[in-house]
Amino acid sequence: MNAPNASGWRPSMGEAGEAKFATSSGDYGLMLEEALSFELGSADKCGVDIDEPSRAPAAGLSKFLRKSTPALPGLTEPETVRHYTRLSRQNYAIDLGPFPLGSCTMKHNPRLNEKMARLPGFADVHPMQPQTTVQGALEVIEQLADWLITLTGMASVAMSPKAGAHGELCGLLCIRAALDARGETRDVVLVPESAHGTNPATAAFAGFKVESIPATPAGRVDVAALKAKLGPNVAGVMITNPNTCGLFEPDMREIADAVHAAGGYVYCDGANFNAIVGKVRPGDLGVDAMHINLHKTFSTPHGGGGPGAGPVVLSEALAPFAPLPFVTRGADGSIHLVEEENAAEGHAQAFGRMVAFHGQMGMFTRALTYILSHGADGLRTVAEDAVLNANYVLRSCEDLLPAPFADSGPCMHEALFSDAGLAEGFSTLDIAKGLIDEGFHPMTVYFPLVVKGAMLVEPTETESKAGLDRFIASLRSLAERAKAGDESLHSAPHFAPRRRLDETLAARKPVLVWQGEPGIPGTPSLSEIGGS
Amino acid sequence: MTRYFSEDHEWIEVEGDLGTVGITDYAQGQLGDITFVEVPAEGASVSKGDSVSVVDSVKAASDVYTPVSGTIAAVNEALADQPELVNTEAETGGWLFRVTLSDAAELGTLMDEAAYKSYVDSL
Amino acid sequence: MRYLPLTPADRASMLETIGAATVDDLFIDVPAEARLAGPIEGLPAHASEMAVERHMSALAAKNLSAGAAPFFLGAGAYRHHVPASVDHLIQRGEFLTAYTPYQPEIAQGTLQVLFEFQTQVARLFGTDIANASMYDGSTACWEAILMAARITRKGRSVLSGGLHPHYGEVVRTMAKFTKDDIVSLAPELTADPDDAAVIAAIDATTSCVVVQYPDVMGRIPDLAAISEAAHAVGALVIAVITEPVALGLIEAPGMLGADIVVGEGQSLGVGLQFGGPYLGLFGCREKFVRQMPGRLCGQTVDAEGKRGFVLTLSTREQHIRREKATSNICTNSGLCALAFSIHLTLLGGEGLARLAAVNHARAQQTFERLAKVPGVTILNTAYFNEATVILPRDAREVVRELADRQVLGGVSLGRLFPVADGLHNGLLVAATETTTDEDIEAFATALEAVLAGASA
Repeated sequence: MNAPNASGWRPSMGEAGEAKFATSSGDYGLMLEEALSFELGSADKCGVDIDEPSRAPAAGLSKFLRKSTPALPGLTEPETVRHYTRLSRQNYAIDLGPFPLGSCTMKHNPRLNEKMARLPGFADVHPMQPQTTVQGALEVIEQLADWLITLTGMASVAMSPKAGAHGELCGLLCIRAALDARGETRDVVLVPESAHGTNPATAAFAGFKVESIPATPAGRVDVAALKAKLGPNVAGVMITNPNTCGLFEPDMREIADAVHAAGGYVYCDGANFNAIVGKVRPGDLGVDAMHINLHKTFSTPHGGGGPGAGPVVLSEALAPFAPLPFVTRGADGSIHLVEEENAAEGHAQAFGRMVAFHGQMGMFTRALTYILSHGADGLRTVAEDAVLNANYVLRSCEDLLPAPFADSGPCMHEALFSDAGLAEGFSTLDIAKGLIDEGFHPMTVYFPLVVKGAMLVEPTETESKAGLDRFIASLRSLAERAKAGDESLHSAPHFAPRRRLDETLAARKPVLVWQGEPGIPGTPSLSEIGGS
Repeated sequence: MTRYFSEDHEWIEVEGDLGTVGITDYAQGQLGDITFVEVPAEGASVSKGDSVSVVDSVKAASDVYTPVSGTIAAVNEALADQPELVNTEAETGGWLFRVTLSDAAELGTLMDEAAYKSYVDSL
Repeated sequence: MRYLPLTPADRASMLETIGAATVDDLFIDVPAEARLAGPIEGLPAHASEMAVERHMSALAAKNLSAGAAPFFLGAGAYRHHVPASVDHLIQRGEFLTAYTPYQPEIAQGTLQVLFEFQTQVARLFGTDIANASMYDGSTACWEAILMAARITRKGRSVLSGGLHPHYGEVVRTMAKFTKDDIVSLAPELTADPDDAAVIAAIDATTSCVVVQYPDVMGRIPDLAAISEAAHAVGALVIAVITEPVALGLIEAPGMLGADIVVGEGQSLGVGLQFGGPYLGLFGCREKFVRQMPGRLCGQTVDAEGKRGFVLTLSTREQHIRREKATSNICTNSGLCALAFSIHLTLLGGEGLARLAAVNHARAQQTFERLAKVPGVTILNTAYFNEATVILPRDAREVVRELADRQVLGGVSLGRLFPVADGLHNGLLVAATETTTDEDIEAFATALEAVLAGASA
């Protein structure tokens, strides 16, 4: 026979457990380090070819000209593509695996949404073009508004808020405007203690005093305590439903009726609408205003932290106060914007304007594309599968991780666990960081505040059963390790691009901009580039 | 010099009509690493129970209430650069502010060291 | 359905694990009378990718896109060429489909981008520091006013008449509820901005003055003079930038004394998108950092001593501070900030300067040509890439008649300032590097015809 393996290729793997050694580059295979663009670039590089200007600056501009070129190093296109591609690989994302952040609804982002938003007729249209030239864009807003109104059973919708918290603010300002119109100065808003932190912040921002409503042992709003607080000074309540414990508030209608009887309004935080879309309409439960996070329920991408979009659906009582601008359809069938120019004609009670231009059009296009893809039947299945997935996680882990409200019935779209029962010194943080080593994004941790060491898991409907089974196996394994006191969890993650980061150092001595390295040419110090 | 403690975990050490206020060692231990301290304005007039200072840790911002009424006489300038003093020397070098007492009788509502210790043990 | 991975068999087996007979049993907390029995009536059912694409494409086709006509609109949203690599990179799933970087060990990509973005914005604005972006320019402007009030402990803000009217409306709307005192100077059709009126309006109770640079009519205020007057009485200067490309050519506001610089970053990397999503830029002096709104990314080290980045100073934010938060803004505009940052990295300082010079040159060509149209005059003494053209009649009608000729000829001051007298013959015209000689000639020719009363 021929000599086996003359090439020197070794058919077997290396010994398992080989010690990690330092590479010359600092990279480890596909684990790539990346310097800052300021360290890579230089003043004489540019990734865009730009013509020579046809004229010198006008004489009138001479006294305004910059004294020196902005201290921004450039990169050519190949270097730029490589820089950002390498950076991207240090991120976890839904495209890589489950992202079960409770109350964040990290579902798959369909790529058709992206393709449609990039059609030149949507992407390359100026917000102040004559309205005859943007009828299709206005029709997108109108169609999405119709869907949101119908899905929620409400009277109208304010489309312009830029994100969820901005939508909350819009809803509360509608309430303020409605009270002003009634000549009443109610200044208290009731907020359950399990609320998102944004709720009390928004209420305070809108000029209300916040009073807290306790939760029952079953994780619901204490209706008796809420009713006891109602009175002539109460402007309304802010309720998250399904709530932040992942439970539906069964007494929503009773609460709403009591609030209305006392002269107040009901704001519903719609962050968790994904659990009920197509199954129940908030309008049927007495809600007066609710924001809808298009980046949650309607699949527009989170983009590493925005942009979001937070349209607010409104009841008959609040609709007249919606901010400018909004779309209406004229008798001739054309759609037009109601802006400052024409608000006096029938919309004089609009409380003002929250943003320049008309809101997050690029998100409207994506959300409408998603909604049309699912249709009324598909959206209903979205809610059902989201709730099914969450209950599956709940019942598959509750024997190992305490589920504080598991006895009060099924959860909605998120499963809530606590870290009670782990070994001394082990907590939610260890489970979360352990999940990173397992290849998953952690769940929401230490929220809601009403459960100590809370772990809030929202799988969403776009996880397969096989994917959930893998996640459940990892979560169970981590719970077992934490119960057994496995010390290696304390130093997790071990296999991420970075180990635990020193947040105390970052907060004590904030370094928010690159300061440059002494001696590196083309990197002026902060004093050279201006500021105080 | 006498030292008093509040249920909100402030300590005050009184000499004449001047009180030095900080948070207790127990409180700093609960907060974790302190990253920033917002001190009151010198000369400000404050009433017992007012939120006059904020102590930030990485994940929380905690109000500090003055245990007595009076006028802010001095603030601990060292905390601007070394907020960690509240961790390392909570009841000495990590003091927050000094207050000129307007009503020494208010001290009677506070605890002494032994009472505070049993209060903490009961938590 | 193509987005739902569970099969009927999966659902059955999962229900068995849960111990429920049907999925409706999981909704028992919803009162029976509110539960919908089936899909909401009157709404269409699911549709294939092809069908949805057909529907959306038909809607898109009803719009006249900027690239399909001679195009001269600005007024706070500008059409610039965005390099192809920008849109490619922001569609990397690791950027597009990541959340806010709460778990920094597996979000260093987003965090490092934000750190680079903050540095770029600070250097562009001439400020010490910048945040990780806000919703848009208008909301950043209002947040800056609130921040100035926290710092100065005064509540009176003076808005220049050259501030974008939407920004002014946002400020006045919010101030109505917060009871802040806003003094809005009236816009006027003058060749130079209202610096003197702004300075005259500053008094000892003034918290801040808000000055757009260049202003909404394209004029360039003297920020140094305004800063001197404001600082003399302890007021802060907020400079508002709606066209960041201008800062490739004209001096950075931070170098002229502005204490807080905010702006709209859409011009770099983002595209017009009918008004959103855009991104708010926010820079200021370092000593104000604890009063700053919005997300901040900071440098630190990990347990092995490697440099890394985290979101920091989050105790200012509402999810922790609740009713004492510095701002209502919860998220930033991360993906738009990424696009801005990539575009600026491609350009570099030199490229930005050249791009700005080309914009200004194109604007000069445009206004030289328009000035030759009978009855048309140019208002501005100085401008960057946008200026106000005075027409012999109401510009709103002229804009509509130009559109009938497939020319997108600017933004009328009458639409921007419907209630202000004496502005209605003004037309805001912007040119950028995308403007061609042919566009300029087509615009001038159409304008001549419209003003001569010819029918389209």
